[in-house]
Amino acid sequence: MDAVLRLITLQDFNTRVVLGGATVLGVACGVVGVLAMLRRRALMGDAIAHAALPGVCLAFLIAGGRFLPALLVGAMAFGLLAILAVTVVRRTTRVKEDAAIALTLSVFFGLGIALLTSIQRRAGSDHAGLDGFIFGKAAGMVTQDLMVLAGVSVVVLAVVAVFLKEFASLCFDSAFAASIGRSVTLLDVLLMALVCLATVAALPAVGAVLVVALLTIPPASARFWTDRLSTMLVVSGAVGGAAGAVGAGVSSLVPKLSAGPVITLSATAIFVVSMIFAPLHGVVPRLVRQRRNRQMVAEQSRRVAAELSGGSG
Amino acid sequence: MTLTASELWVMATAAACAGACALCGCFLVLRRMSMLGDAISHAVLPGLAGAFLLTGTRDPLVMLLGAGAVGLLTTVLTAAIQRFGKVHEDAAMGVVFSSMFALGVLLISRAADKVDLDPSCVLYGMIETVSIDRVGLLGVELPRAFVVLGVAFGVNVVLVTVFFKELRLVCFDSALATSMGFAAGAVHYGLMALVAGTSVAAFEAVGSILVVAMLVGPGATAFLLTQRLGRMLWIAVAVGVACAAVGTVAAVWLDTSYAGAISVALGGAFALALVFSPREGLVVQQVRRLRLALKVRREDILGTLVRMAESGEREREHAGRLAVLNRGLGRVAAWQLVRRGLVAGGALTGAGEAEGRRVLAAHRLWETFLATEVGLPVDHVHDPSERFEHFVSGEMERELRVLHAAGVDPQGRPIPGGGGGGVG
Repeated sequence: MDAVLRLITLQDFNTRVVLGGATVLGVACGVVGVLAMLRRRALMGDAIAHAALPGVCLAFLIAGGRFLPALLVGAMAFGLLAILAVTVVRRTTRVKEDAAIALTLSVFFGLGIALLTSIQRRAGSDHAGLDGFIFGKAAGMVTQDLMVLAGVSVVVLAVVAVFLKEFASLCFDSAFAASIGRSVTLLDVLLMALVCLATVAALPAVGAVLVVALLTIPPASARFWTDRLSTMLVVSGAVGGAAGAVGAGVSSLVPKLSAGPVITLSATAIFVVSMIFAPLHGVVPRLVRQRRNRQMVAEQSRRVAAELSGGSG
Repeated sequence: MTLTASELWVMATAAACAGACALCGCFLVLRRMSMLGDAISHAVLPGLAGAFLLTGTRDPLVMLLGAGAVGLLTTVLTAAIQRFGKVHEDAAMGVVFSSMFALGVLLISRAADKVDLDPSCVLYGMIETVSIDRVGLLGVELPRAFVVLGVAFGVNVVLVTVFFKELRLVCFDSALATSMGFAAGAVHYGLMALVAGTSVAAFEAVGSILVVAMLVGPGATAFLLTQRLGRMLWIAVAVGVACAAVGTVAAVWLDTSYAGAISVALGGAFALALVFSPREGLVVQQVRRLRLALKVRREDILGTLVRMAESGEREREHAGRLAVLNRGLGRVAAWQLVRRGLVAGGALTGAGEAEGRRVLAAHRLWETFLATEVGLPVDHVHDPSERFEHFVSGEMERELRVLHAAGVDPQGRPIPGGGGGGVG
């Protein structure tokens, strides 16, 4: 109980850093996720996150240790490589995008597992601190690391803010965007680069396997609340931030609990609540509206029937 | 290098797994549902964990029931979210499978205190230890995972053979299938059940992510190599089994994870097919493109030479065009023309002139067609015709000639070999 109190009241500096960092990561993923979802690239983040694992391992081997900025550069490089692989397969063959994504994701991840196993066997029982990249580990992170990750997320948010109008036209009417002289290809590349950055920044905290949760669940939750892009970005960012903070907090309280699953399930909880109760598209308000409509129609037809019978009588 | 008995069992188990996965994977690739395979293979985890926590056994049947139920739930939930949430299928899928997977990981890490279960095993399996856990079958001691996967492979072979016609119809034209009285929906859910069952069987050996490589890799590779479903299934199984063998050997050699090495081998097989497929590989595509480019250059050169011979007018313009055509790839084309005896000493031979007149005829027929039938202004017909002239079959040429029996193009020039000359 004492630990919970300390966590909630943010007494430790480290707690504040972890929660703050996780929140910023969640916000960035939530915001970028909206754009990715609207552009029908929701699962590219999944491929990028899985593909980042071999990048992390190679960077670990090259840098000779767990030096976070190097690992992030490795992750970023392989994330971009995954995007390239999916694009090449989609453009040059009859193989469809879904197969391209699934194959890229699993093959790159397999490479990562092979490298990770080699590293672990060489390092003996020491897991070399790379395990966290699979299921995520927010609590054990050093302040400096979190600052780097939060910094990357802030850059992502800034770029989205600057190019918001361009992204909106890309997501809703790419033909229009092209017709007014915007380069759709360039914007798509920028969007994918942002997804890649946000994914990579979230990687150490959430883990390769579950980053996709932070990229898809907050936007899908926000979809129930609004039909406007700007509102949706804010709601999705808020959901992502909340999930990040709650997940990181809970996993730091319970030993041996990876942050990734907890962050994911926090987001899922918000999603379920949104799906049921959100005023605009939620299931319950929708049922209430339907009921009210039906009553109104029944009422009016009764009145009309009464008037007709009164008029003829 | 020789493999030990346990390494050979790993190879056999991986091969059975790859064969089973390859069969249902082909249909995932064809039906564009590869990511659903990914989703199901993630989502079965809480089913497995739940079944295990509830019953306390690792009985394959219990596991299969638990995982099958959750696999079905995933498809249903994805469809529901897609409809109510007004989001695309991929986003809905991302929501469902990541939540399911997180739940499964959580359940397992909670249960890990009581039993020997490592959360990371769910990602890449435990094929290393395959020969430790053995069962007696027909008086022989066999690794349990090998038996399970062998049975799964056998079941898949039987089901795919029995329902081959239905599966093919649903894959290529599900609307026709429905109109013919086949229940396309039933086949769809049957396929999902097959994928879920196979994923569960493969789960323990290769884990939830590498099973995706085994499902999609062989199918996608075979897809690049053939356009017939029956052949695709054979090739996919062969590719899967071969990659399992190669991956196992590589893993032993490099002292690394079997599952990782096998999925890299599958990626390698796909990359090879992508580059070297005789039907649509990148190499063949480039060769085809180069051949076409050379043919176009050759025909352009011949056409220009014929025009120069036809009229003394605009000689400088034609000569300039010839000089342009003679650069780069055109040099190769010009060399080919000489080699084939169509051009000698800078002038057309008899055969060359006939060929050149054929190109010119095609060009002028197209011009006439574009001017009279399409209604393009006369000064706009040259450029498109310059492209179309290279693509005219005998049949098409005959039809064009019938349409334009006058035998003169819009500029009043004769169409070689046409009505003007009294030929055909």
